[in-house]
Amino acid sequence: MAILSADFGLPLRSFELRLALQVERTVALVGPSGAGKSSVLRTIAGLVRAKGRIALDGEVWLGPGVDRKPDERRVGLVFQEYALFPHLSVRGNVAYGGKERADELLERFRIAHLRDAKPRELSGGERQRVALARALARDPGVLLLDEPLAALDAHTKAAVRGELQELLMELGLPTLIVTHDYEDAAALAEIVGVLVDGELRQLGTPRELVSQPADPFVASFTGANLLHGAVELQDDGVTRVRLASGEIVYSTDRADGEVGVVVHPWDVSIGRVHADDSAMNLVQGEVASIAPVGNRVRVRVGPLTAEVTESSAERLELAIGSRVYASFKATATRLVPLGGQYASVRSSPHPPS
Amino acid sequence: MRRRDLVVGVLAAVAAVVALAFLVLPVAAIFLRVPPGQLVHQLSSGVVTDALIVTAKTSLIAQALVLLFGTPLAYLLASRRFRGRALAITLVELPLVLPPAVAGLGLLAAFGRVGLLSTSIAFTQTAVVLAVAFVSSPLYILPAMVAFEAVDPDVVAASRTLGAGPAKTFFRVVLPLARDGLAGGEALAFARGLGEFGATIMFAGSLQGVTQTLSLAIYEEFSVDFDTALAMGALLVVVSVVLLVFLKLVLSWQFSRRTSGSLFARSS
Repeated sequence: MAILSADFGLPLRSFELRLALQVERTVALVGPSGAGKSSVLRTIAGLVRAKGRIALDGEVWLGPGVDRKPDERRVGLVFQEYALFPHLSVRGNVAYGGKERADELLERFRIAHLRDAKPRELSGGERQRVALARALARDPGVLLLDEPLAALDAHTKAAVRGELQELLMELGLPTLIVTHDYEDAAALAEIVGVLVDGELRQLGTPRELVSQPADPFVASFTGANLLHGAVELQDDGVTRVRLASGEIVYSTDRADGEVGVVVHPWDVSIGRVHADDSAMNLVQGEVASIAPVGNRVRVRVGPLTAEVTESSAERLELAIGSRVYASFKATATRLVPLGGQYASVRSSPHPPS
Repeated sequence: MRRRDLVVGVLAAVAAVVALAFLVLPVAAIFLRVPPGQLVHQLSSGVVTDALIVTAKTSLIAQALVLLFGTPLAYLLASRRFRGRALAITLVELPLVLPPAVAGLGLLAAFGRVGLLSTSIAFTQTAVVLAVAFVSSPLYILPAMVAFEAVDPDVVAASRTLGAGPAKTFFRVVLPLARDGLAGGEALAFARGLGEFGATIMFAGSLQGVTQTLSLAIYEEFSVDFDTALAMGALLVVVSVVLLVFLKLVLSWQFSRRTSGSLFARSS
C-alpha cells in the first residue's frame, strides 16, 4: 500500500498550520472549526501554496524546487459541499475526471439511474455519492475527504458512515479525512489526529486517544468528562485531587499541580445511596438531563455525564431533579496536565459543527 | 385625515401616469406619425440600407473585439488579486462616464494622423469600430467580471483536482457557469454600441456607405427627410426592445438555474 507523507507549514490568518503526517490506510484529523483542517487537505491537493514536503511514495508533489499543480497531483478530493458541476449531468460530473471508468462507477455507487439528472435535483446522500464517484474516476493515488458526513441529516448519516467504511476498506487507498466529530473519525479511521489551532495535539488510535489523552482538549474532544482540580497529596500510588468545586477525588495516575481530571461516561455509575468504598470517587448532585443513546442512557449529574444501561436507569427510577450519587473508580480516573487551553476547553467541550 | 389621504393618493397616481406617459410618448410618436407601411417602405432608401450595412458590420466587428479582448481582462480582474487591480478596474470604468465627445477627441489624439500613434485610421470604417468598441466595452467587461466572481471557487478547484488544467477548467467549467452574465453584459454593450454617436462623428465622421451608422444617418436625415429618419428610428427602437427582452430573460434564467439555493436565496 502506498504512503502519503506530508510535512509542511502554512501561515493562516491567526496561526501557522504545522503538520507532519504519514498516511497509510485511513487517517482522520479532528478538531474544532477554524483549526485548519480544510487547509490541510487543500495544501495536499495543491490548491494552497505551502512550504515543506509532500510526497506519495517516491513521487514528490512539493519539495525543494518542486510544486506540482493540483491537476498533476493524483488526489481525489471530496469537498465538504461536494462542489459538483451544476451545469453538468451526474454522468458528466463523473466522466469529467475520467471517461473510461465513469459507467462502472455510476453502477458501483448506485447512481446509474440518475445519470442524466443535474446536481440540483439530487438529495444530499446522492450528491455525496456523485462526488465520491467523480473523485475516483480520475484514479487518484490518495483520497481526501472534507467533512464527509457533515452535510447529511442524522438519519442519512448513520447509513452513509457504514457505506463509507466499507468503501474505504475496499479501495485500499491512503485516505485522509477531516471532521469535527470524534465519533465519525473513530468510526472511519484507524489513526486519529487531534488538530487545534493548526497544531497536531495527539496522533494515535481511537483507543489510545480515549485511554491516554495527551491533554484536556483531546480528552474533552473524545467525549470524556473533564473536571478542573489541583493535586493535594501523593500517597501510596494514589493521588488526591481537590476539584475546583471543592470535592475530593482520587486517581491512580501520578501528577502535580493543576490538572484536568478525565473520566469517561461509561466509567461513571449512578446510585441512589452513598457507596461506602474508599476506592470510589463520589460526586453528589441532581439529575440535570436524561438522554437515551442507543440502548444506553446518558445522565447528567452535576459536572459529570454518566452512561448507564436502560435497565439500570429504570431500576433507579431516574428523573430530572432526582438526587443521586455518581461514582467512578480511582483506576478509571485520568489526570492530564493543564495547558493554557483549559479556558477554551471549558467554554466548548463539544465543538459546534 | 381621510380626505388628505385621498388627495395624496390621487396626486401620486397622476404623477405616475404623467411620468410613464412622458417616457412612452416619444417612442410611440415615432410609430404614430407615419403609417407602418410607409415606415417599411422608407427603409429601402439608399441612405438607410447603407447605414444599416455600416452599422451591422461595424457593430459585429466591434463586439467581437470586445468579447475577444474583454473576456480575458474580465476574468483576470475577477480571479486575481494584484497590485494596481483597483486602478485597472477604474480605467475600465472610465469610458462609461467619459463624455462621448471627449472619447472621440481622445481617439483622434491617439490614432489620428498627427496623433500619438499617427495612423491613418481616422475617418475610416475601422475608426467606427474603434469608437464603438471604446465606449461599449465597459458595459461588457464590468458585468462579465461580476459573473466570473460569482462562480464558486470550490467548483473551479474541483476541476483542477480532477486533472483539468487551467484552460480546460476555464472552457468547461468557468465559461459555462458565467455564460448568462456574459450574455447579459454583451447585450448591454451591443445596445450601447448601436447608439454610439458622439465619439464616432468626431473620430470617423459621417460618410454615407463608409462611416455613417444608423444613429449618424438619423442625425443627417432628420432635416432633409424626416420620414426616413423616423423609419430608422423605428428600426432602432425594435432592436432595442429585442435586446431588452433578451436581457430580462437572461437575468431570470440566471436566478432559476442556480443550484446552491443557500448561496443565492431569492428575496421574493
